[in-house]
Amino acid sequence: MKVLMFGWEFAPVYSGGLGVACAGLVKAMVAQGADVTFVLPRVPDGITVPGVKLISADRRQNKLLKFKTEPLTAYASSESYELWKKRNPQAAALYGNTLFAEVQRYAEAAKELAAKIPHDVIHSHDWMTYQAGINAKAVSGKPLVVHVHATEFDRTGGNSINQHVYGIEKLGFENADAVVPVSNFTKEKVVANYGIDPEKIMAVHNAVEFTEPVEQPKLGKTDKVVLFLGRITLQKGPDWFLYAAKKVLEKEPRAKFIMAGSGDMEPKIIEKAAELGLAGKMLFTGFLTGKDIDRAYKMADVYVMPSVSEPFGITPLEAMRNGTPVIISKQSGVSEVVKHCLKVDFWDVHAMANKILGVLYYKELQDELGLQGRNEVANITWDKPAHEVLNLYGTLMKKRRR
Amino acid sequence: MTNVCMYFQVHQPFRLKQYRVFDIGNSHDYFDDDKNHAVMEKVARKCYLPATRLILDLVKKHKGKFKVAYSITGTALEQFQLYAPDVILLFKQLADTGHVEFLSETSHHSLSFLHDKAEFKEQIAQHKRLMKRLLGVTPTVFRNTELVYNNELAKLVEELGYKAILAEGADHILGWQSPNYIYQPKGCSKLKLLLKNYKLSDDIAFRFSNKGWESYPLTAAKFADWVAPVLGDSVNLFMDYETFGEHQWEDTGIFEFLKHLPEELFKRKIGFQLPSEAAKLQPKGVLDIHNPISWADIERDLSAWLGNKMQHAAAHQLYALLPSIKESGNKQLLETWRKLSTSDHFYYMCTKWFADGDVHKYFNPYDSPYDCFIAFMNILNDIEGQLRPSDEKRWITI
Repeated sequence: MKVLMFGWEFAPVYSGGLGVACAGLVKAMVAQGADVTFVLPRVPDGITVPGVKLISADRRQNKLLKFKTEPLTAYASSESYELWKKRNPQAAALYGNTLFAEVQRYAEAAKELAAKIPHDVIHSHDWMTYQAGINAKAVSGKPLVVHVHATEFDRTGGNSINQHVYGIEKLGFENADAVVPVSNFTKEKVVANYGIDPEKIMAVHNAVEFTEPVEQPKLGKTDKVVLFLGRITLQKGPDWFLYAAKKVLEKEPRAKFIMAGSGDMEPKIIEKAAELGLAGKMLFTGFLTGKDIDRAYKMADVYVMPSVSEPFGITPLEAMRNGTPVIISKQSGVSEVVKHCLKVDFWDVHAMANKILGVLYYKELQDELGLQGRNEVANITWDKPAHEVLNLYGTLMKKRRR
Repeated sequence: MTNVCMYFQVHQPFRLKQYRVFDIGNSHDYFDDDKNHAVMEKVARKCYLPATRLILDLVKKHKGKFKVAYSITGTALEQFQLYAPDVILLFKQLADTGHVEFLSETSHHSLSFLHDKAEFKEQIAQHKRLMKRLLGVTPTVFRNTELVYNNELAKLVEELGYKAILAEGADHILGWQSPNYIYQPKGCSKLKLLLKNYKLSDDIAFRFSNKGWESYPLTAAKFADWVAPVLGDSVNLFMDYETFGEHQWEDTGIFEFLKHLPEELFKRKIGFQLPSEAAKLQPKGVLDIHNPISWADIERDLSAWLGNKMQHAAAHQLYALLPSIKESGNKQLLETWRKLSTSDHFYYMCTKWFADGDVHKYFNPYDSPYDCFIAFMNILNDIEGQLRPSDEKRWITI
């Protein structure tokens, strides 16, 4: 089974869940015998992944200078791309004039790659690569699968969606032989907001790569720590975390809150925290990577994911792997998968605060959630989703032959 | 030829609200009246009323040859009085036929035997008074909550003057022995032990409507064919009463099954006997059961109620409050406490979901066992606060 896959990022170099999910899925597919060529806008220097052919859509890669910041993250908006260009004029010369121009250039490259690289099926991850998938399909005539890690409605919370992005997403769904959202929560959005036939949509839940977390005792501390870890952006519900923190502190002034991550709402959230009188109680760490992420989970007594709209949400699984109890928004794909956690509507601040306090007060609850959560997450591996995707390919190829 | 001994368990707990940390000290309103009302109305309509009318008809039709036993919890009786008084009238009519036996148990369907023997005896006494007052009967056979049983319990129950006690016919205690005989508990001289034939009982209670089961559909004739060749003195069919119409819906044919069961058994020369009648039979041997057994899950042990840390903590804190409540002389608070002692609350905190998941989930009014634990512990905190208003955070320490 030869797969030509288009994606915008791939762990270990990534800006968010997309790169982690792509890498997890592809590695498990390769382990099950698939032959995957993964096309990135650019392959960062020195990055190789055993068994996976990572190739660059940008033939000028060798000429590329090293830049401190990378404009083409999966979460770049058109606005942030403009800003980056202004700050990096030398680099900008090599990129398209807009993010959309870059997406377009990537899509053009896909035609050439589809002609050159033998494949049985084409698979695109999120809107940036949908046009590339459509182009590849036009060249080779092979079935196209589009994966939906997030829709424009999730990214914007449904307010002021970008019509251009929406258009590309819709085109991708319509031209795909199968649409694979990361949850039924997202499937419903694809049906409701894009008018796609549910018959050709199959949800495949994400998973976590199994790595035994470094055993380290919980830090010796007297404060109780409540953690938010994710991009500080509307979709992730950081404001709801603040409101819940305020309620918790009314009851339990000894609680401490950590907000780990960065994002467009960061200045606003910091300001809001001060306004709510949370100064000294709400700590901001900035964007964390690698070991620091596991350390944050370990340090926390409870991890909260208050997302407004989360197509899947891998971070709760990472927290559970570290034995940390989690409270997750019901408006998430991951809540379809895990049982050993507390679930809450993101807007129900009162319930969220109650559950946070429950975990802080009752040690047995914290222990049981930690223990059962760890056991549960050990069984949520990429083998199952990889198997489901490969089966889907098989079905599509059979249909094609008929 | 053997006899069939049927007993139905009738129980509804007082379900709790999602009582929050913020409610502690502000509200002493713990029970979800709306939900309890709704559940009782629904189950009365689907099960208690039609099933009891059917049993009453069958008892009259077969002129006492058909007879059954019930065990009705105090919490169910109280909710009948509140939300479905007609059900009590029907049970009273059944009692008046003289062919229906009512068993003894704790008033609040509690596991108090495991935690506090004095409280256990008080709850039995309370149930006894309730049965006398509402149904005019005095039970002589005892069944413990969830069929939890061991030697120690048998001894205690014998001392209380009962003739027999019921238990689960668990494989691991019976070994090669059959559940279809009467036994004597180790350490007892008079008390008899009746064991549930779980295979035949579960054919009705769990498998009846399972289309994937090789014996589907189960008819009264087929079932009677299975009972007919059984060797023994008493085939004990113990099950939840809600099997009829609630767990197995009417459209599965469960009422038709029940309606025809007596005549099909009579055709095969099988009769019915009540637990107190079975208790007059000679015991086949002595059973030595040290570790508590129950009728739940595949383990048949206590792990559905006392399997994880949360359940142990909740039970520990609950029973730790009891002496001060009794000291305070606050009757209302004691009654509230007893409603919290109902085993269901602990069942809802069970986390071993995955093997037996569906049964647990079906009955759980909470999103998760963790949510139940939070509500339960918050309530205990509030009670603690009522008892010691000056020192409200005595054991909430973080």
